Amino acid sequence: MALTEERPEVLELESGDSAPDIGAFRRPTHATGWKEWVFTVDHKKIGIMYGTLAMFWFFVGGVEALLVRTQLFRPNGTVLTADQYNQLFTMHAVTMVFFVVMPLANAFANYLVPLQVGARDVAFPRLNALGLWIFAFAGIFINISWFVGGAPNGGWFAYAPNTGSLYSAGSGMDFYAVGLQIAGIASLVGAINLTVTILNMRAPGMTLLRMPVFTWMALVVQILLVTALPVITVALVLLTFDRSFDANFFNVAMGADPLLWQHLFWIFGHPEVYILVLPAFGIVSEVLPVFSRKPLFGYPVVVLSGAAIGFMGWGVWVHHMFTSGVGPVGVAAFSATTMFIAVPTGVKILNWIFTMWGGRITFTVPMMFGISLVSMFTIGGLSGVMHSVAAGDTQQTDTYFIVAHFHYVLFGGALMGLFAGMYFWWPKAFGYQLNERLGRWHFWLVLIGFNTTFGPMHILGLQGMARRHSQYGPEDGFDFWNAVATIGAFVILIAMLVFAYNILKTWSGYRRGTVPQAPPDPWDGRTLEWAIPSPAPEHNFDYVPVVTDLDDFWHKKYQRDESGKLRKVADGNAIAQKGDQHPHLPSPSYWPIVLAAAFPLIGLGIIYNLWMAGIGLVLLLGSMYGWSLEPPTDPNAGHDHDHHSDDGDDGDGAAVASEAPSEGDDAAEADSTEGAPVG
Amino acid sequence: MSTATDTAANAHGHDEHESHGLSDLGYIGIAIILAILTAVEVSTYFFDFGALEVPSLLILMVVKFWIVVAYFMHLKFDSKILSWVFVAALVLALAVFAAMGTSMVFWQDPAGCDIGEFC
Amino acid sequence: MADSTTADAPELAYGPTHYDELEHPPLSTGVSNEKLTMWSFLGSDCLLFGALISTYLLLRNRTGPDTHGPTAADLFDIPFTSVSSFVLLMSSLTMVLAVAAIVEGNLERCKLWLLTTAALGSIFIAGQVYEFTTFYREGLGYTTNISSSAFYTLTGFHGVHVSLGIVMLVSLVALIQRGSLTVDRAETVEIIGLYWHFVDIVWIVIFAVVYLIP
Repeated sequence: MALTEERPEVLELESGDSAPDIGAFRRPTHATGWKEWVFTVDHKKIGIMYGTLAMFWFFVGGVEALLVRTQLFRPNGTVLTADQYNQLFTMHAVTMVFFVVMPLANAFANYLVPLQVGARDVAFPRLNALGLWIFAFAGIFINISWFVGGAPNGGWFAYAPNTGSLYSAGSGMDFYAVGLQIAGIASLVGAINLTVTILNMRAPGMTLLRMPVFTWMALVVQILLVTALPVITVALVLLTFDRSFDANFFNVAMGADPLLWQHLFWIFGHPEVYILVLPAFGIVSEVLPVFSRKPLFGYPVVVLSGAAIGFMGWGVWVHHMFTSGVGPVGVAAFSATTMFIAVPTGVKILNWIFTMWGGRITFTVPMMFGISLVSMFTIGGLSGVMHSVAAGDTQQTDTYFIVAHFHYVLFGGALMGLFAGMYFWWPKAFGYQLNERLGRWHFWLVLIGFNTTFGPMHILGLQGMARRHSQYGPEDGFDFWNAVATIGAFVILIAMLVFAYNILKTWSGYRRGTVPQAPPDPWDGRTLEWAIPSPAPEHNFDYVPVVTDLDDFWHKKYQRDESGKLRKVADGNAIAQKGDQHPHLPSPSYWPIVLAAAFPLIGLGIIYNLWMAGIGLVLLLGSMYGWSLEPPTDPNAGHDHDHHSDDGDDGDGAAVASEAPSEGDDAAEADSTEGAPVG
Repeated sequence: MSTATDTAANAHGHDEHESHGLSDLGYIGIAIILAILTAVEVSTYFFDFGALEVPSLLILMVVKFWIVVAYFMHLKFDSKILSWVFVAALVLALAVFAAMGTSMVFWQDPAGCDIGEFC
Repeated sequence: MADSTTADAPELAYGPTHYDELEHPPLSTGVSNEKLTMWSFLGSDCLLFGALISTYLLLRNRTGPDTHGPTAADLFDIPFTSVSSFVLLMSSLTMVLAVAAIVEGNLERCKLWLLTTAALGSIFIAGQVYEFTTFYREGLGYTTNISSSAFYTLTGFHGVHVSLGIVMLVSLVALIQRGSLTVDRAETVEIIGLYWHFVDIVWIVIFAVVYLIP
C-alpha cells in the first residue's frame, strides 16, 4: 500500500538509549505490517484508522436500521420481537452517533488539521493514538452486550428512571452507560489534543483568520466536546452508580426527579448534534469554493456563524423536553432561543449559495455531495424550525416527523458532507482518486434512497405515527409510506455497496498500476494540504510553510495582474513540495494501546466483578507510568539529551515534551519544543 | 518543555520572574488572607449573620476562588488566552447549571399556570 | 520564500526552512502546549464538578415515600471540616512555594515543598475518610437516601481528584530524586501545581455551598 512506501523518517532504536526495557518489550521502532498501524503515533494513520473503524460501524448501524425498516415494512410486523426492536433502534442510534459520525469527523480532523495549519503532527502524538484505541475498544465493548444478555434497549437518550435497574434489568444498559463513558474519554483526549494543536501549532503567518474553515469548525467542535462531554459523563456516572451500586439518583421513591437525567443528557445532547454537523459544514466550506473556482463567500461570517452556532447551542437543550413538564416559562424561553439558532445556520447556507453563484462550477462527485448537503440540510433545518414552535412541537414530538428532521440534518447534512470529504481528500490520503463514474452512481443512489426513506417520514409523522413502536396497526393508514421508506433504505444499502466496490476496485487498480497516481494537487485546491505529495508523506511538509494569506496556496498559484484579472502563475503540482526531506518525527509507542486496554477491563469489572476493575486499574496506572517514563522521541545518539518526560495526569494532560533531538546539538538549548515534534 | 521561555527568563535574570508573580513572602501573605477569609466563613457557623449569611458566604467563596486562581494559579500574570479558556468554561458551567437548577426548582410549580397543556 | 513568478523550474510554493532548523517551534499563542492542555482540561473539569455540585444541590432536600435516615447536612461537623479545608488551602501555598523553588533552581527545596503539599493533601484525605466513616456509623451510607448518594458521589469525585494529585506530587519528587526532572523542566511542576490548585478551588466551592450554606 502506498502509505508504507516511505519509511526513512522512523528512528531506529540504538543501544544505550534510555527507554525502559521491560523484559522483552522494547519500544517499537521500524515497523511493517500491522505493527506499523497499531503502534503508530502519526496523525494521518490514526485518522485513517478512525475512518476505517467508523465505516465498519456504519455497516453495523446500517444493518440495525435495515432490520428496523424490515420490521416496519408492513403493519403488525413479525420480523422482530418488541424487545429486539428496542435494542435495534437504540443501538442503531448509539452506533451512528458515537461510532460513525463522531469518529468520521474525527478522522478528517486528525488527518487534515495538522496539514491545514502547516504542522508536522498534533501536539501530543501518543495521546492521539490513545484516543483512537480507547475508541476502538469502546465500540467493541458496547457491542459485547449483544452476546451477553441483550444490547441496550432504552433508546440512545436512555431516560432514567426507565433505564435504572428496576425497569431495565439485565446488563444492556450497563454496557451503554459504561461504554459511552469509555468512548467519552477517547473523544475528550482527542479534543484537548486538537484544540491545543490548532491554537498553538499553526505555521508562521497563519493567524486564526487565515485558517481554513474546516480547521475552524474542527476547533469549535473540539471546544464543544471539551465542555459538553463532562456533563454526559456525570449523567452516565449517576446512572452507573444507580445500577451497579444502588445509589438513589433516579429512584423516584427516594425523591428523585426524572428530569435530572433529561437535563443532564440534553445539556450534552444538544451541543452534541452540533459536534456532529459542524465538521461536515467545514468540509463543504472547503469543497464548494474549489469546485466553484471562487473563494468562500464571506469567510469571516462563515467562521463567526460557526462559532455562534457552537455557543448558542448551549442555550437550546430544553427543546428536547418541551412536553416533559418543565413548565411554560422554560418552554417559552427555549422555544425562542431555538428559533434564534436557526439564524447563524441560515447565514451559512446563504454563504454557500453565494459562493457558488457566479462561479465556474464543475460537478465532480465531492461537489455533488457538497451541494446535496446544502439542500438536504436546509430541508432538515426547516423541519427543525417547525419543531422550535413549542405549540407545534407538542404534536410533532415522539412522531416520525422528528425522525425525518434529524435524519435530514444528520444523514442529509453530516453524512453527505462526510462523503464529500471522502471523495475530496481520498487522493491526499491514499494517493489515488476514487472512480468518478462509480462515485456518481453512489451519489445518486444515496440521494434518491435517502429521500425515499426519510421524505415520507414527514408525512407519517404528521399522520401521527409514533416513534419507537415496534409495530403499527393496519387501521392506522401508515402502510404505504412505511413500505416506501423501507424500499428507500435498501436503495441506500445498494448505494453503499457501490461505494464499497468503488473503494476496492480503485485500490486494487492502484496497486496493479491501472489506476494512476494522484498528483499533489488534483483538484487545484486552495489550502496547504494540497502543497504536498499525494499520499501525504509521513513528515507532512518538507519545509515550513510561511503563510501570508487566507487560502495561501491558492495565492501562490493565482495572482491578480495590473488589470485586476486573476491569472495563473504556477501549477499546483509543480510548486508542491516533493516529500524528499527527512525531518525527525515522534516515535511509535505501544503504551497507547496498552493503556487503552485498561478501560474495557475496568468497564467489565464495574458490570460484573470489581476484582476485574481492580486489575484494569493496575494496568491503567502501570501504563501511565510506563508512558511517562518513555521519551516521546527515541533518543538518537546516547542519552545526554534530557528526554525524560514527566508523569502526566490521567493521560489527557500528560505533560509530555516531545522533542526531536538534533544530532550534535547541545541538549539544554535544543530542548525547546513545546510538545511539537519540531525543531 | 518550556526551555525556550525558561532560558529566556533566566537570561533576563529575575526581572521576568518578578513581574510574573510574587515572592515567597508575597505568597505567604496571600495565604494569610485566604486563612482570614476562611475564618470569617467558618464564623457564620458560630454567629448568626441573619439574612447576610448566604450572600456573605457566596461572596467569600468567590473571592477566595478568585485569589487562588489569579495568584496561586498565576492567571493574573499569564497570557490572556489562558484566562479566556478557563473563564469561558467557568461561566458556561455557571450559566448552564443555573438555568437547569432554576428550571427544576422554580418553574415547575403549576399553581400559577392556567395554560393547561404546558403545566 | 515563495516566488510566484513562473520560471523554467518553478520554485516550490514553500521553503527553504526546515522544521529542524527552527530555533523554537512555533507557539502561536506564546503558551506551552502542556500548559494550554492543562488549562483546557481544568476548564473541562469545571463542567464536571458543576454538574456534580448542581446534582447535589438539587437532590439534597428531596424526599419520597422511601426516604429514611439523616441527610448529609444533618451530620456535618463544621469545625472538623473547617480544619481540613484549611489544611487543603495551605497545601496550595506549599505547592506555590514548590514551584517558586524549582524556578529559582532549588531542587531540594522544591522536593521539600512538594512532599509537604502531598502530606497536607493526605491529611485532608484522612480527614475525609474519618468524616465519611463517622457519617456511616451515624446512619448515612451511600445508598441510604438520595442526599447521601449525591453527597458521597460529589465528595468522592473530589477525593479521587485529590488522591490522584498526591500520586502525581510524589511522582514528581521521585523524578527529581532520580534526576529526570531538572530545573529546565520547571514548568512541569507548575502544571501539576495548576491541577492541585484547581482541586483546592473546587473544595472552596464545595465547602461553601455544601457545608456552610444552609
